[in-house]
Amino acid sequence: MKQVIVLNVNGEPYTVAVYPWQTLNEVLREEINLTGVKFGCGSGDCGACTVMVDGRAVSSCLTLAIEMQGKEIMTIEGLAPSGETLHPIQESFVEKGAIQCGFCTPGMEMAALNLLKNNPTPSDYEIREALAGNLCRCTGYKKIIEAVGVAGQKMKEASERKTS
Amino acid sequence: MKDFSIVGQSVPRNDGRAKATGTAVYTDDIKLPGMLHGKILRSPFPHARILHIDTTRAAALPGVKCVIVGEDTPKIKYGNWRLFPDTQDEYPLAIDKVRFIGDEVAAVAAVDADTAEEALGLIKVDYEELPGVFDIDSSIKEGAPVLHDYCPSNISVNRKIHYGDIDKAFAESDYVREDIFTVHAVSPAYLEPCAAVAQCDLDGRITLWTSTQVPYIIQCLLASTMNMRENDIRVIKPFVGGGFGGKMELRTWEFCAAFIAKKTGRPVKFTLTREEEFLAGRRRHGMKLYSKVGFKKDGTLTGKDLKIYLDGGGYNAMGPTATFLCGTFGAMLYRYPNYRFLGQHVYTNKPPASAMRGFGAPQSLFATETQMNIAAEELGIDPIELRIKNAQVTGDKIPDVATISSCGFIEALQKAAEMSGWKEKRRSPKPGQGIGIGCYSFISGGVFNWFNTQYPFSAAEVRVFTDGTAHLLTMAADIGQGCDTVLKQILAEELGLKMEDIRITSADTAVTPQADLGAWGSRLTMMNGNAVVQAAKKIKAKLFGAVSAKQNLNVIHELDCKDGKVFPKGRPERGISFGDAVALVQKANRGEPIVERGYYTPRDKGLVTPAFSFGAQIAEVDVDPDTGFVKVKKFWTAHDCGTVINQMAVEGQLEGSIQMGLGYALSEQFVMQGGKTLNPNFLDYKMPNAMDVPPSEVAHIHTYEPEGPMGAKEAGEGLAIPTAPAIAAAVHHATGYRCKDLPITPEKILAGKRQ
Repeated sequence: MKQVIVLNVNGEPYTVAVYPWQTLNEVLREEINLTGVKFGCGSGDCGACTVMVDGRAVSSCLTLAIEMQGKEIMTIEGLAPSGETLHPIQESFVEKGAIQCGFCTPGMEMAALNLLKNNPTPSDYEIREALAGNLCRCTGYKKIIEAVGVAGQKMKEASERKTS
Repeated sequence: MKDFSIVGQSVPRNDGRAKATGTAVYTDDIKLPGMLHGKILRSPFPHARILHIDTTRAAALPGVKCVIVGEDTPKIKYGNWRLFPDTQDEYPLAIDKVRFIGDEVAAVAAVDADTAEEALGLIKVDYEELPGVFDIDSSIKEGAPVLHDYCPSNISVNRKIHYGDIDKAFAESDYVREDIFTVHAVSPAYLEPCAAVAQCDLDGRITLWTSTQVPYIIQCLLASTMNMRENDIRVIKPFVGGGFGGKMELRTWEFCAAFIAKKTGRPVKFTLTREEEFLAGRRRHGMKLYSKVGFKKDGTLTGKDLKIYLDGGGYNAMGPTATFLCGTFGAMLYRYPNYRFLGQHVYTNKPPASAMRGFGAPQSLFATETQMNIAAEELGIDPIELRIKNAQVTGDKIPDVATISSCGFIEALQKAAEMSGWKEKRRSPKPGQGIGIGCYSFISGGVFNWFNTQYPFSAAEVRVFTDGTAHLLTMAADIGQGCDTVLKQILAEELGLKMEDIRITSADTAVTPQADLGAWGSRLTMMNGNAVVQAAKKIKAKLFGAVSAKQNLNVIHELDCKDGKVFPKGRPERGISFGDAVALVQKANRGEPIVERGYYTPRDKGLVTPAFSFGAQIAEVDVDPDTGFVKVKKFWTAHDCGTVINQMAVEGQLEGSIQMGLGYALSEQFVMQGGKTLNPNFLDYKMPNAMDVPPSEVAHIHTYEPEGPMGAKEAGEGLAIPTAPAIAAAVHHATGYRCKDLPITPEKILAGKRQ
């Protein structure tokens, strides 16, 4: 039996009818058409489906949609809401060559956000550790790790500008 | 070296923004009105006869719109080797027999994926199990179960190469070395699972969106298996989440989507699960290699005798190409005055092996390079010195294969040694540490026309406009490697435009010019790049003629275009804008737009490739003496890809190759039991993550490839080759354990040390 729930995604409320067994990934992709959220494995191993729930990165393929009522969900589509400017993480990924096929990119950027929002100046080791749950088959991670470092700098500078 | 404006720069990807914001549309992201969802029923047995299939209950399940089995289809076999129809051994859905666990037996389309999945469970298949063969040795044994009736020996492809007098060479050698190597199967493990969406229009024509490396091959083979005309099939490649060779054939779900769309009149989507990808997906060939090499006392190579058996799985797939290429690569890198090769492709009851980054070369050159390291030790010569002594150089001829038209191999060896501090580290290693080398050569696209295309190998169409912009149309498939960006760069360089002045439409078989063989064999920069250059040159001839006439230039003047202007060389002040030059040509032709096409087909370039890349890689490792755990501390790579078109893209290819090579050497493998894959997920199939990849340093060796666009040749696929032999050599240096059967595991190292 489907149940009607309200999901807060990227600051907007969505009323959707879901089966209790449907994952957040399926509902985001199929019902709300947020296809930037990828589905790479369905078992929480690859990280391509990573979204933020109440400020924490989670695998949307392992999360039931029905448990997400009242929570703030953010997908890649919500990272740079204006559509014209990119978030510093996105900007750095593009500039540094951290993207090849792009399938891991949305999840990778979410994992980067999860790290950088609390720690904008992570060490190389901290970046690697934070990205270890996200697989990439194209880049060898090197340019992704660089991009996350640069993004952290950019975010720090932006927040310093804001406070000064 | 020529002075370039855009070529050689680290230009960010064309599609970076779309991918960074999640707006890039991949096949599974496509949703069409009324679309059905398909699922595939797969064989649970490695080898069995299909006695009867009952689909009644499945078809009766509410929501199910179509169920098909092999008998419902036109029953036409397919395979990429159209030139030799005997090699086409696969049906879209099994007829009579299944040959591996996961072989496709039936397909269901329903209103949603859950219903389709449920219906699979209601299909009743009666099988008669048959004995299976699961490795090369038991498959080629007298009296072994036969997989395909047409092939009683289970050896489906034989490839021989022979030049010189190998027996005489060995007789005259001072040192002859003979080894047996085994290498394992690994998964391309692209992040995007395969998917296809098909739609049938009112005239019965099919449009197929599919995650593929080869739109043109899919168009042709879908047409033949559907019994339709090629022009009635349109294949569009959306964004593709990696391929690495695993997406270069027509596959069952592409056929089933199209077939069911035609049958039901509704769009149909199939998306594979990760489990299906691992259980039944294409993989790199496991091989058994018998290699014998001879040397003179001073280290001069006298010859090589190489025999390779390929573990092909249940069908040929791209196995014939791998069989040819592992023989070709066996003769690369070094000068073998005498060479004999026998390659045999062997059927086994396992998922078919096929193309994967390197296409026979990682396996063949693992043997070459490891044997070279063994020989160096036994001859008492430094491994790099031994390589330099025998290295191929520009101008070398490989009988029946090619003439090497550019080669920076010796420079690469010297550079890698210098960067890594080779001599010192080699001479006095610290306890538990070692350093080792592996090298590679690779092709820049293939020459041999196994697909039997009736079109040029690559084509490009360029349209230019009075607003100073251009539109590039090409069937070349960007699957993440970045050819859309690189081809735009080449066009921008030729026409003197900026990247943002160029629109690109790619990989749509109904609107881009015929044809392109696809993204494999590291062919696109070379082949499609040449087609783009040729189209651009035709455009320039028109513009230059009109500008010459308008400015009443003396016929001795040569013109150029740069920075959005067309001008006489040496007199840039007399130039006019690119757009005005286009307008001039149009005025002279009553408004006819300027459209030009360029083509490239390698001719008179031997049988294999128009150009070879070369390189050397050094790995430094730390091996834990108690656990046998290998940690790679650093890689140094020096490689020759001719002119670098996009520095960042080339580095990206190299770094990605290291991840894949590291997995191949140390951690990735299919755990198989009786034809069943026991580790069909990313948790148990251990692909290196961000914590595992060591730092690396790279040097580009500058050469100019005369056959390539702006001097460019292959980059990125060959780099998948040297990592495993380099790590194996470093592990030997550290522990004394010599790996001749990949992967290198802690168990093998500890057992090897005990011996």
